[in-house]
Amino acid sequence: MIKVSNLTKQYKRNTAVSDLSFTVNQGDVYGFLGQNGAGKSTTIRMLLTLITPTSGNIEIFGMNLQENRTDILRQIGAVVEKPDVYKYLSAYENVSLFARMSGIKVSDKLIKNQLEVVGLADRSKDIVTTFSQGMKQRLGIAIALVHNPKLIILDEPTNGLDPQGIADVRNLILSLSNEMGKTVVVSSHLLSEIEQVASRLLIIDKGKKLVEGSTQELLDPAQTMIELDTADNIAALDKLAQSEWATALQPERNGKLLLKMHKNNIPELHKGLVALDIAVISLQPRHSLEDYFLQITTTNQHVPTFAN
Amino acid sequence: MFQLLQIELYKIFRRPRTYISFAAITALIGIIQLGLLRDGTAYVEFMMTNVMQTFSFDGKILNGYLVCYVLLQLLLVHVPLLIALVAADMVSGEANMGTLRLLLTKPFSRTEFLLAKFMASAIYTFLLLVWIAFLALFVSMFMFGTDDMVIQKTNYIVQLPVQDVFWRYTGAFCFAFLAMLTVSALGFFLSLFAENSIGPIVTTMSVIIFFTILSTMSIPLFQKIQPFLFTTHMVNWKEFFDPKVNADNAIIIGSIQKPGRIITSSLVLVAHVVGFVVASIVLFRKKDILS
Repeated sequence: MIKVSNLTKQYKRNTAVSDLSFTVNQGDVYGFLGQNGAGKSTTIRMLLTLITPTSGNIEIFGMNLQENRTDILRQIGAVVEKPDVYKYLSAYENVSLFARMSGIKVSDKLIKNQLEVVGLADRSKDIVTTFSQGMKQRLGIAIALVHNPKLIILDEPTNGLDPQGIADVRNLILSLSNEMGKTVVVSSHLLSEIEQVASRLLIIDKGKKLVEGSTQELLDPAQTMIELDTADNIAALDKLAQSEWATALQPERNGKLLLKMHKNNIPELHKGLVALDIAVISLQPRHSLEDYFLQITTTNQHVPTFAN
Repeated sequence: MFQLLQIELYKIFRRPRTYISFAAITALIGIIQLGLLRDGTAYVEFMMTNVMQTFSFDGKILNGYLVCYVLLQLLLVHVPLLIALVAADMVSGEANMGTLRLLLTKPFSRTEFLLAKFMASAIYTFLLLVWIAFLALFVSMFMFGTDDMVIQKTNYIVQLPVQDVFWRYTGAFCFAFLAMLTVSALGFFLSLFAENSIGPIVTTMSVIIFFTILSTMSIPLFQKIQPFLFTTHMVNWKEFFDPKVNADNAIIIGSIQKPGRIITSSLVLVAHVVGFVVASIVLFRKKDILS
């Protein structure tokens, strides 16, 4: 569906995106993660032709983006950062206006249905200045979906939403993927939300790819990280390096020992630590996306890319 | 393209700001007309004191045609601000609202997008001038009646027979449209470089004021560049009211003394419009949308 090869965006002295390559398959909910300034928005803007790449190639639907811009954009719905719309128009007028721009035949039923989907049917005639941020976000999603695109790109779609709104967007993304077969690219800083919806993930930092793979692979129980703090970490490291746990040892992080193993092996580790006479202060399994994200973005250690 | 133009016009005429121009024009013209209706005779006598001492006129000097001429002289200096209010907001306003990035993810080219926007601002300019024409010419004709039009030039006076005036106004308004379209194109061009409309509006007006000063000062250095400044040519709508005269110094009906000046000025203004629009397209096609 999307194939990005060696994408680079250079601004005078600053490289926003560097040699980035990734692939989004049809039907994926593709989570796009990175810290502020990591290059997520620049990449998304390049996918939407808002920013011209310095070098590299983008193919969407098997077509070169630069050469087939209009044909490709016709099949994409997007919310880029804030869902800004015309504040002096009503929700209905905004959806209708952007639907016409997308080149589709607009009917009253279509607009009303779309507003119904995002829960704004009862406010369709109200002008947008009276809307909360969450309502604007939902209106932005309605605009992105109104022309029934194959690919939906959502940049921070849960910004400004309350917990119920976040859950609604999560369910909407899941239903777009599971029930309607859409491909969704979603960036968010809410890692727990991405974890719940994404089938595949890309994590970038300082414009470079850190890791790409399926959520299942990245959060594989066999890949559980154990953060270990002992009374004497240097001595503990020596003992572990000479034990059966040597292959599980990872580069230390924040002065703590790190071991990678299947989570089922944790009880055995407990026993092993006692047997090795290591005085344990804390032993913490790290298995959420947030832990994984922090692990690879706060160290310079590059994790090998998982198979697509 | 036509669809985009329709949408742009819809957006322009749904914004309250658009109607400020129409309301301001209505108020200005209305007040001047009421003032002239009440004390117009005294105003004309004051303006033409020297002429009145030499000539005597039959009929109404203060008629709708003269009132329209007075109004145009006053208004065409200020209308550029009202044009800039909309034209300079066309792209910068979208950037300010945050809608530019959403618009440019829609399936049309940036060239189509800009042309639709420029055509919409041109239509707005045209409608504003039609409104000015309606109020300044037709309402004045209704309020003050019609007669021969007497206007005082720098060194002479011109008396245009009543049947020879209306077509001149038609030409003058067409020319004024071209002049205002140039202002619109300038504001439009400047709106590419800003993320709110204040900067382009102020810059448009500053350019016009600066060029107008250069256009009017008789300094040899400035005189060399004056033919290239659009402000030099914007005031040439007045040429429509300067007819040819025959050997007896009588006006030749349907004539213009220096038609070449109108043609040259029109071409210079068209060149400016095309230049600003082409430059806008070239720059905008390469622009990264970071707003």
